[in-house]
Amino acid sequence: MSHKGRSGIATIRKAQASVFAALGDETRLSLVAQLSVGQPCSISRLTGGSKLTRQAITKHLRVLESAGIVHGAHAGREKLFVFDPRPMEESKKYLDLVSEQWDRALARLKSFVED
Amino acid sequence: MSDRIEKRIELKAPVSRVWRALTDHLEFGEWFRVKLDGPFVPGQVSRGYITYPGYEHVRWEAVVQKMEAERLFSFTWHPYSVDPKTDYSKETPTLVEFKLEKTAGGTLLLLTESGFDTIPSGRRLEAFRRNDGGWTEQMKNIENHVAQRP
Repeated sequence: MSHKGRSGIATIRKAQASVFAALGDETRLSLVAQLSVGQPCSISRLTGGSKLTRQAITKHLRVLESAGIVHGAHAGREKLFVFDPRPMEESKKYLDLVSEQWDRALARLKSFVED
Repeated sequence: MSDRIEKRIELKAPVSRVWRALTDHLEFGEWFRVKLDGPFVPGQVSRGYITYPGYEHVRWEAVVQKMEAERLFSFTWHPYSVDPKTDYSKETPTLVEFKLEKTAGGTLLLLTESGFDTIPSGRRLEAFRRNDGGWTEQMKNIENHVAQRP
């Protein structure tokens, strides 16, 4: 394995925080739930619906942003956040695929031991 | 969103039979479709090659974690490490656990695979793209094969 290849993986790791890790937090899940309704939201609005400070919400949004789950765009003085379903869909497809493989493997195990 | 896979399956065979099918490397290779170099030993790397037609170039590599007789067999590995150009050893592996329980009809097998939250999301997408269609087709072939030779 070349040095270039290794650093490539390291870059992906750094640049794209895992989707699952990003979603493994109640506050972030509730932010995703709010944003997935489809309306772009400002930090103030997202903070309004929570007990957390604006600073804390901003921090959580950054985690979601680095995983590609939300995107922020400046609209005048405010930053608006929108939900992007693609990373979650991709993760789900991947898990479904691994899950399906296990179904097949376990079916083969079943016929193997019951024979 | 869940970051683990969980399966439960009832097997009409005694726990001892299922345990052998899971932990004897030759028997494991039969149903999992992999040719392993040697027996499973806790703490040691298990190596071999996938025996799916068309995927014989794909290496199997796992680290055996626990072998608690007729109860728990576990290993860590890198699922979908099908690209020979990618160094998967730098990624945190997922943990696969087979748990066995005696039932009236035989054995209850609980399978879990966990730790997907540590796989870079870029690779999840890549793995999906690479295998979409290909695996589905392959799995159909295997099913037919098993049906013909139960």
